[in-house]
Amino acid sequence: MTITEIQEEIVDEFSMFDDWMQRYEYMIELGKSLPLIEEAYKTDDNIIKGCQSKVWVHAELDENKLVFTADSDAIITKGIIAILIRAFSNQKPQDIIDADTDFIDEIGLKEHLSATRANGLVSMVKQLKLYAIAYQTQLN
Amino acid sequence: MIAMIDVEKIREDFPILKREVNGRPLVYLDNAATSQTPKQVIDCIVDYYQNLNANIHRGVHTLSQEATDAYEAARKTIQTHYNIAHAHEVILTSGTTHSINLVANGFSSFLKSGDEILVSAMEHHSNIVPWQMLAERTGAILKVIPMNENGELVMEAYHNLLGDKTKLVFCNHVSNALGTVNPIDEIVEAAHAHDAAVLIDGAQAAPHIKVDLQALDVDFYTMSAHKVCGPTGIGMLYGKQKWLNALPPYQGGGEMIAEVTFEKTTYADLPHKFEAGTPNICGGIAFGAALDYMNAIGFEAIAAYEAELLAYATEKLLEIKGMKIYGTAAEKTSVISFNIQGIHPYDIGTILDKLGVAVRTGHHCAQPIMDYYKIPGTVRASFSFYNTMAEVDVLVESVKRAQSMLQ
Repeated sequence: MTITEIQEEIVDEFSMFDDWMQRYEYMIELGKSLPLIEEAYKTDDNIIKGCQSKVWVHAELDENKLVFTADSDAIITKGIIAILIRAFSNQKPQDIIDADTDFIDEIGLKEHLSATRANGLVSMVKQLKLYAIAYQTQLN
Repeated sequence: MIAMIDVEKIREDFPILKREVNGRPLVYLDNAATSQTPKQVIDCIVDYYQNLNANIHRGVHTLSQEATDAYEAARKTIQTHYNIAHAHEVILTSGTTHSINLVANGFSSFLKSGDEILVSAMEHHSNIVPWQMLAERTGAILKVIPMNENGELVMEAYHNLLGDKTKLVFCNHVSNALGTVNPIDEIVEAAHAHDAAVLIDGAQAAPHIKVDLQALDVDFYTMSAHKVCGPTGIGMLYGKQKWLNALPPYQGGGEMIAEVTFEKTTYADLPHKFEAGTPNICGGIAFGAALDYMNAIGFEAIAAYEAELLAYATEKLLEIKGMKIYGTAAEKTSVISFNIQGIHPYDIGTILDKLGVAVRTGHHCAQPIMDYYKIPGTVRASFSFYNTMAEVDVLVESVKRAQSMLQ
């Protein structure tokens, strides 16, 4: 599936919920399915700045596609990064660079999250895209 | 015991307490970060801009003189509140951080390499970093007064750290992260026996404890108006006259001078020497109004009522499985820092916010304390005299709900 298709799928899933509690519960569930980063990669270099909780992200090239693994010490944060990774992982770096992130607003994440966490979310997207740029440079 | 607080009547004074957050009535339990503002103080701010706004101290016109009188009257209110010997020992600053930096900067002139300065292990970053910078500038050595598992200072260690090389001790009156009330009488007395000066950061004590600064005999005491129902951007540095005269000015500018030529400038007398530029005039006047408001309720009544809130909240929270409270000092203010086993404090804070409950999560600008307990942070609920027992119940129920969602 393309990034856009996956994003539409996520938006569809979240549109089923009427209230914030269900959204959060679903997000927490998604957090549990996050492809976990290997312990060896849980270094300070891989921590995303701008989140109140710790978030580690690692990126690896599998043939010509970028695969992300991650973890967080907070479960809601883990849910957010799981959603982002589902949209961006296993995609070509150039597609990740070009992808827009409006779906975050559409699933009510940005709207429903506190300013500090919203900033964390922005930092997460930025970090995933930075990895894509770095690997795209390698591929070129 | 029935406290002498009519909380429902008091709540009428605070317009913000009527608002909703995320569709629920706001339960504001982040009072240690900033207190809410009663309409008496809001009215004072509005009145200033509607009737009094003028620059102070130098104008000959009526408005300027009236604004100056109101500003200086606020200084006297602060002087009376803290039982300070002279009004000119009250320096109006932008807040506690500014006050501490002013002293730390000035002490560069008094310290030499090898001198020792003591800091407590439970300080806010604002009472650590300025002194680290001072130590770097002067070569002075920063030593730490340790704390124990309950979040109390180890006083025996403090007495052992004091010596002939100790020049300055700085410590908070009340810990922002734990609520511990530190034994500042003993800290001051012991430091003075070694001819060391003492600065007490009173920001967290201000809303709970009325201090007699002459009796305490402390050299410097700092606080911020927004902790006592006043506005942000204004606070106090108290300094003994002899120290304030000895310290060099912090900022140069208007107001703080006696005479200026290109060859030499002489400085104004206290307090103006430390109040360069146009001050936060409205803030200063509202600061006075805030202290008047709190004194009208009475600090004894406030302390008694908050002790009841603290006892009730502690008892109820401890009924929650996996609950751990950090800071169990014998003497503490109405602050509860906690975690629930296996749950990140940020997750709890996020769910509480959805339920209309405002708490603080994180390291509370006191990372050394979090390092001591080996935790990433805590959830901190801090209670004020306008909080109710019913709000404590909402907090407890909300924490339980968060726990069931997150575990």
